[in-house]
Amino acid sequence: MKALCWQGKHDIRYETVPDPRIEEPRDAIIKVSSCAICGSDLHLFDGFMPGMEEGDVLGHEFMGEVVEVGSGNRKLKVGDRVVVPFTICCGECEQCQRGNFSVCERSNRNKEIADKTFGHATAGLFGYSHLTGGYAGGQAEYVRVPYADVTPVKVPQALSDEQVLFLGDIFPTGWQAAVQCDIQRTDTVAIWGAGPVGQFAARSALLLGAREVVIIDHLPDRLSMAKACGALTINFDRERVVERLNELTGGKGPEKCIDAVGMESHVGSTMDTFYDRAKQALMAESDRPHVLREMIYVCRPAGVLSIPGVYGGLVDKIPFGMLMNKGLSVRTGQTHVNRWTTDLLRRIEEGQIDPSFVVTHTESLANGPQMYKTFRDKQDGCIKVVLKP
Amino acid sequence: MHQGRPQTLKESHHVESRTDRSAFALDTKARALARVATPTTSRRSSATTKLARGLGWFSIGLGVVELLATRALARRVGLQGRESRLRVYGLREIASGIGILAAPHAAHRSGWVWARVVGDTMDLSTLREATEMPIPLRSHPVAAMVAVAGVTALDIACARSLQQEANAARQTTDYSHRSGIGGSPEQMRGAALVTFTQPVDMRAALPVDMSALVREQSS
Repeated sequence: MKALCWQGKHDIRYETVPDPRIEEPRDAIIKVSSCAICGSDLHLFDGFMPGMEEGDVLGHEFMGEVVEVGSGNRKLKVGDRVVVPFTICCGECEQCQRGNFSVCERSNRNKEIADKTFGHATAGLFGYSHLTGGYAGGQAEYVRVPYADVTPVKVPQALSDEQVLFLGDIFPTGWQAAVQCDIQRTDTVAIWGAGPVGQFAARSALLLGAREVVIIDHLPDRLSMAKACGALTINFDRERVVERLNELTGGKGPEKCIDAVGMESHVGSTMDTFYDRAKQALMAESDRPHVLREMIYVCRPAGVLSIPGVYGGLVDKIPFGMLMNKGLSVRTGQTHVNRWTTDLLRRIEEGQIDPSFVVTHTESLANGPQMYKTFRDKQDGCIKVVLKP
Repeated sequence: MHQGRPQTLKESHHVESRTDRSAFALDTKARALARVATPTTSRRSSATTKLARGLGWFSIGLGVVELLATRALARRVGLQGRESRLRVYGLREIASGIGILAAPHAAHRSGWVWARVVGDTMDLSTLREATEMPIPLRSHPVAAMVAVAGVTALDIACARSLQQEANAARQTTDYSHRSGIGGSPEQMRGAALVTFTQPVDMRAALPVDMSALVREQSS
């Protein structure tokens, strides 16, 4: 079969790889109908995530049709149409029982490496390094789905791929980012990053009743999409973020702050970003945490910082004293996708939200390597790329 | 491109106007130095390019000095014994300079000027080491630091200006009709709450009206 394979930093190729096969009784094989490039795939593309090996199949946002089912799988049958969440979960361990699916205790088959890296292993993820199990990803014609009697979500034929595909990651990720804020009707929610997750976080915050949603970026096309859902926007090339947020909140700062940027914060807006970039070049720091610093500084005391943005390693100069003295709550983690999918699918069916709004480019899987560059460089108004095998 | 774009959605492309660009604000200490380079008009855009080219030639010149007059320079800035590092820095300066001069457009040129900023940081760090040792006669590491800091400010201003010029020249797409929600923002504000219960493990805030709780506690 054909797939997009990671061959090194900035080197992704459309290659022929062996077809996947059933390995465990609970497995299923999915024929992919649509897959997407996620912002967090760019961390792999840019070489910031450890644990990648040449030839790894990328992709953790995908959906398709079940074409083969393991002998122990009673949930799926051949022909089912499913979206596959990026977090692989067994449904039986203590964490899964609590709904903490992204830290499933059994699905990461490289537990020993992950234990050493993170202290304790987190869940297996599709196409996201050997630290998270080394599972082949979904930017391919076919995918093997482990624990396929738990992880996949059946979706109705009446909805298009573009309407349901993002149930596998970015929609629940934006939703969980907002839910983690415990939004009150009086809250101002500030969101850093108007990429796909930031867009979903903005709409989720609105649906959850935020008084005001403010989104921070510097790309006019992304800001225009944020404005479409009624969000106020701050272009950090033109305005000072902290001053503007304080102005909008009577000098008190936003109650809830969401970091939808993560480890590759834009370099150039403030001095600390140069410091981070220099340290990164000297291999003295792995991530650029400018957004974290700014959120801690501007957030209202007793507020909440919600961090769906992916961080990979070590950050420097985090004002922890400020965080402690202001009594801020920090909520973060990979998304517990399966916790939200049933509810969010119903909201799509009811018309509360149509996730296809975020799709700006649809291309064949063969053009994937070029689309990684287009997405990374934010060319041609690119916000979300869907690939068709 | 855009084969699968929903048919109902029509994007309009436009290039940001110069009036929009005039709203850019520089917030570094080098605001005054950068004024000449702010891309509010085509004349000023040209000034930014001239400034970048000037920095490119300066970079090459400094690099040549660091390579050919290493010992004399090391003496002047208090870096005796670190000549080999100075030579490496010289190569770095020449590479940055060539990169700036050869860059085909503002976006690439901006990247090379940012590379200079990273180099400036390394220079400052090295000079700081020199100030922590006994300073020989006729060595002036502090003065060198001040000079490098000044050039750094100029580099930052130039790089930001180039970056803004590149952003402004970029064709942008208007997605302001792509709300993705089932009604106007006002209609949809709080729409999910009808069937939503905040998970117990993600509760973070008490309601803003605490008067009932205060009354209960005081009674």
